[in-house]
Amino acid sequence: MITPTLVLFYATGALTLGGALVVVMSRNIVHAAFGLLASMVGVAGLFLLAFAEFLALAQLLIYGGAVVIVILFALMLTRLEDFERLSDNPQWPIAALVAIAVFGVIAAAILATAAPATEREGVSFAALGRSLFTDWAVAFEVASLVLLVALIGAVVMVRGAGGRD
Amino acid sequence: MIELAHFQVIGAALFAIGIYGVLARRSAVLILMSIELMLNAVNVNLIAYAAFGDFAEEQRALGQVLIIFVITVAAAELALAIAIILRLYRNRSSVNVDDMNLMKW
Repeated sequence: MITPTLVLFYATGALTLGGALVVVMSRNIVHAAFGLLASMVGVAGLFLLAFAEFLALAQLLIYGGAVVIVILFALMLTRLEDFERLSDNPQWPIAALVAIAVFGVIAAAILATAAPATEREGVSFAALGRSLFTDWAVAFEVASLVLLVALIGAVVMVRGAGGRD
Repeated sequence: MIELAHFQVIGAALFAIGIYGVLARRSAVLILMSIELMLNAVNVNLIAYAAFGDFAEEQRALGQVLIIFVITVAAAELALAIAIILRLYRNRSSVNVDDMNLMKW
C-alpha cells in the first residue's frame, strides 16, 4: 500500500542515492561537491522520517553547512586546472565489481534476516539530552577533546614546521 | 509503511557507492567525500535500528547518541584530512593519489 510517508521515503532515498552517485560519477569536481550536499540533505530527510528531529537539524547544520563548505574551500585551494579533466582510475571496473559485491552481500543478509515490523517511535528531546549528559557525559567530554585536538592539529599541520608561512 | 529493511537497503547502497568512490576516484578530496558517504551510510543504519528496532526508550536514545559521536568524529577526521591534503598539495603540487608514492618501495 502506497502511503504519503512511503512516497516521501522514496523521494529522500532517491535524493540520497542520486547525490551519492553524482559524487562518485561526476567529471566536474564542483558538481561532485554539490552532489554531496544533496546526499547529506537526503540523509537529514531520512533522519526526519525515522523521528530523529534533533539529528536531522544537526545533519543539516554540520554536513549541509560546514562539511560541504570546507570541502569547497579545499577544492578552491588545490589546483583548479584539474577540474575539467578529472578522470577515474583505470581500475574502476574492479571498483564497481567490489561495490556491487558488497551491496549484494549486505542486501542478501538484510533480506534473509528481515526483522518483523514493530511500532515505530521516536526519542523525545528530553530523553536524548538526559542520556547524552548523564549516561554518556564522559564520552561527550572526550568527544569535545577530540574536536579540540583535531582543530589544533589541523592548524599546526597547515601552518607547517618552522613557521615559514 | 516504512520498515527497517527499507532503511537498511538505502544504507547498504550508500555504503557500496562510497566504496566505489574510494576505489575508483583519483582526487584525494573526492576520496574524502566518498568516506563521508560511507560514514553517513552507517548513520542511516543506526537511526533505522533506533527508530524501528524493538528496544526500550533509553536504548533508542543510545542509538541517537552514537550517531552524534559518529558525526563528531567525522568532523574531526574531515578537518585533519583537509589539513593533510593542503599540506600535500603544497609539497607535491597535486592532490592525485596516484602521485603520492613517497612510502612505496
